[in-house]
Amino acid sequence: MCSPCRERRSVGVSGVLPLILILILVLAAAAAGCADETPQPAARELRVCADPNNLPFSNDREQGFENRLADLVAEEMGATVRYTWWAQRRGFIRNTLRSLACDVVMGVPTSYELVLATRPYYRSTYVFLQRREAAFRVRSFDDPVLRRLRIGVHVIGDDYANPPPAHALASRGMIANVSGYSIFGNYAEPDPPARLVRAVAAGEIDVAVVWGPLAGYFAPRQHVPLELTPVSPEIDLPFLPFVFDISMGVRREEEGLRDELDAILERRAGDIRSLLREFGVPEHSPPDFNAQANHLDAGGAGR
Amino acid sequence: MRRLCAPLLTAALLAPGCERAADERAVASPPAAPSERASSAPAGAQAGDDGQWLMPAKNYASTRFSELTEIDATNVGRLRHVWSFSTGVLHGHEAAPLVVGDTMYIVTPYPNFLYALDLSDPPGRVKWKYEPQPIRAAQGVACCDVVNRGAAYADGKVVYNTLDNHTVAVDARDGREVWKTKLGDINRGESMTMAPLIVKDKVLVGNSGGEFGVRGWLTALRLADGGIAWRAYSTGPDSDVLIGEDFEPFYEQDRGKDLGVTTWPPDAWKIGGGTVWGWISYDAELDLIYYGTGNPGPWNPEQRPGDNKWTAGVFARNPDTGRARWAYQWSPHDQYDYDGVNENVLLDLTIEGRERRVLVRPERNGFVYVLDRTTGEVLSADAFVHTTAATGVDLETGRPIEVPEKKTGFGRVVREICPAAPGGKDWQPSAYSPRTGLLYIPHNNLCMDMEGLEANYVAGTPFVGARVVMYAGPGGHRGEFTAWDPVNGRAVWKIRERFPAWSGAVVTAGNVVFYGTMDRWFKAVHAETGEVLWQYQLGSGIVGQPISYRGPDGRQYIAVLSGVGGWSGAVVSGQLDVRDPTAALGFVGAMTDLPDYTAAGGELHVFALP
Repeated sequence: MCSPCRERRSVGVSGVLPLILILILVLAAAAAGCADETPQPAARELRVCADPNNLPFSNDREQGFENRLADLVAEEMGATVRYTWWAQRRGFIRNTLRSLACDVVMGVPTSYELVLATRPYYRSTYVFLQRREAAFRVRSFDDPVLRRLRIGVHVIGDDYANPPPAHALASRGMIANVSGYSIFGNYAEPDPPARLVRAVAAGEIDVAVVWGPLAGYFAPRQHVPLELTPVSPEIDLPFLPFVFDISMGVRREEEGLRDELDAILERRAGDIRSLLREFGVPEHSPPDFNAQANHLDAGGAGR
Repeated sequence: MRRLCAPLLTAALLAPGCERAADERAVASPPAAPSERASSAPAGAQAGDDGQWLMPAKNYASTRFSELTEIDATNVGRLRHVWSFSTGVLHGHEAAPLVVGDTMYIVTPYPNFLYALDLSDPPGRVKWKYEPQPIRAAQGVACCDVVNRGAAYADGKVVYNTLDNHTVAVDARDGREVWKTKLGDINRGESMTMAPLIVKDKVLVGNSGGEFGVRGWLTALRLADGGIAWRAYSTGPDSDVLIGEDFEPFYEQDRGKDLGVTTWPPDAWKIGGGTVWGWISYDAELDLIYYGTGNPGPWNPEQRPGDNKWTAGVFARNPDTGRARWAYQWSPHDQYDYDGVNENVLLDLTIEGRERRVLVRPERNGFVYVLDRTTGEVLSADAFVHTTAATGVDLETGRPIEVPEKKTGFGRVVREICPAAPGGKDWQPSAYSPRTGLLYIPHNNLCMDMEGLEANYVAGTPFVGARVVMYAGPGGHRGEFTAWDPVNGRAVWKIRERFPAWSGAVVTAGNVVFYGTMDRWFKAVHAETGEVLWQYQLGSGIVGQPISYRGPDGRQYIAVLSGVGGWSGAVVSGQLDVRDPTAALGFVGAMTDLPDYTAAGGELHVFALP
């Protein structure tokens, strides 16, 4: 599923500006008496690096909100979208953005240092996800009921790090009642990280702590009603945030493209918010469009 | 942050001037007289050298010792480059060539071509090329460059693993595929990079992918048809680990039922790592194979209290049934990514007046272990690099004596963890000469800091991860080549290298040791003194395994693959950004100047006397 070379074009609606440009060029060429060699301006492409199998973000059937966002951006640019598909794992940026296969990643943490990030276009939070029918309602990592429940979290790898819920539970001594679900899962199945949501619906676990957009999209698609509750606290001490700002990312040196994307994000902020609502992304609070760097800036260079 | 000019901390590293790291020798102690050593390789290693090279380690004892003597310490200075061959592949070339009769076989990194090269005069013609066409997506699964560590030959077949989890047997005469067996699933993060070992009628192979929460295993395939004979997992219940009543580990903590389950939080063993991507040895008299297991994953240490058996350890097993005889963990509850998969050199040594059948292991955690290979008892464990994470190994319990201040934890800033994650030594195999009684170890001199956190993102999920930065250890050089006396547990001489010594080694009866460097030098060194007798600069850095063979013309040749890459070389082969010191799990920070010394490019090089 994560073939790096499956590329697909999806046609965005051309803007007015290119048409005017073409007209000018045609006229200029005609005036110079070389109409037979009219230079056609190359059609602009928005080259997007994306995971082909990870809803609600993206897939190669272009059903994710990042696919829709790419269409929206392309529309503003008068460009067509061209995808480079690659599973979003370690090496994703290296194999896509950095290898020049594509120019924009539609979603990264704003303080992600492998890229030059745009202004954030949403802020979300990790949530507790449970069956609505349950007798308990988990609201905080300090809720005593957690110790009696079977808890599921995503695990990432031995990169000296895991998603924040795994650390928050371990630091409170909750280990034996916590199950890890690989974020990578089985990539032969659709949307592997969603397995954690399905585990709650199926009763494999009592509660999961899940990144908001994933929970918000898949929870309503289960056969039993599920309930999302933003986690508390928002930041665990000494420094473990559960709330993240998300931006688009471009290569570090491409400030021009970043500025162009920033302008589009500002111009289309209302449409983007509607899009995120349609996909059930739990919005934590409106992102600060003037933020230069968010609270997550841990300093130093990234990986 | 590189620390090329860190203060000298050990007497063994006396060379002045931090930037002149390469080529400077510092003699820690004079070589002991041969009579004091009384050591030898076991019978399996000394069956007489027919001049071929049928497995990467040369023999089942994994000594990489060639009995050929035409090239020796007195004439190696006249060694000449006689022919070469480009593989057409740019990733890290870690494999050893094989020589069978008048043919040489070389395996490339992904896409895992197998070339058969004619050694008849003039040498180098391609007899055939086999292309297994692994799934492209497998590249995204390999943690640390898409390497392959070589093939093995037996019964007319060349057998090796492809990155996308197939073991293939190819007819050595015509390149026809005899069988191909799928053993793992890239969709679950598995890949295969190790070289098989063929024992009797079985091919032994293991998996990679601990970074993705893969559960490690060793699998035996039938050489005849590629069918799976048995599989032994590194974690989980005894029935999966193939532990039964004949399992007799030496240490108390390794006895008990289902320790591969009970030394983990519930179910954590199911994604517990312990992958088998390194080396296997075999003792025909004891009829036991020996191999190591990778680090535990994917949880952080505080999330997996317990010893996390049987990760970062070693197994002795019966090759026919897979049943475990004993097991031992080098690094129980590993916190530093110290995979335990390095080579197991099987020697018969006289230790404190007693003949012992031993397994010598230069281990990632920075100690050279000498184990009794019949029982798994640790006889000695001495540091061969600067170590701060542990002060030694408790011979009563077999456990490393850990330094509490170096304990890692989420958000904890811990500086000067030595050795760094690639260890005192990574996969790069050492060589042993029964003539000198010395083990020749190519290795690293790296430390690391865990200094705070940074945002990360995987599969649409944001998190903060540890910021890991590696840098040169004491002396300011990043690699060393050490001659080690395993009886007395001390270095006899050391050569300092600018970069981690990431190639294998080979030693000959002519008292010459060969190895390569990442800054492109292929070196011949005097086995007794460490004097560099000859060196030759190749086109790309060397991370391959040199071999010594007799050509169809009866003459001795030395061959090695160049082509920089691997975890340490990913900054070149993966075109990583040198501005990201934490890229490649923090290794790039220690390798920012590698692109000044080498570019990528795989080539075979062959040398001989005029």
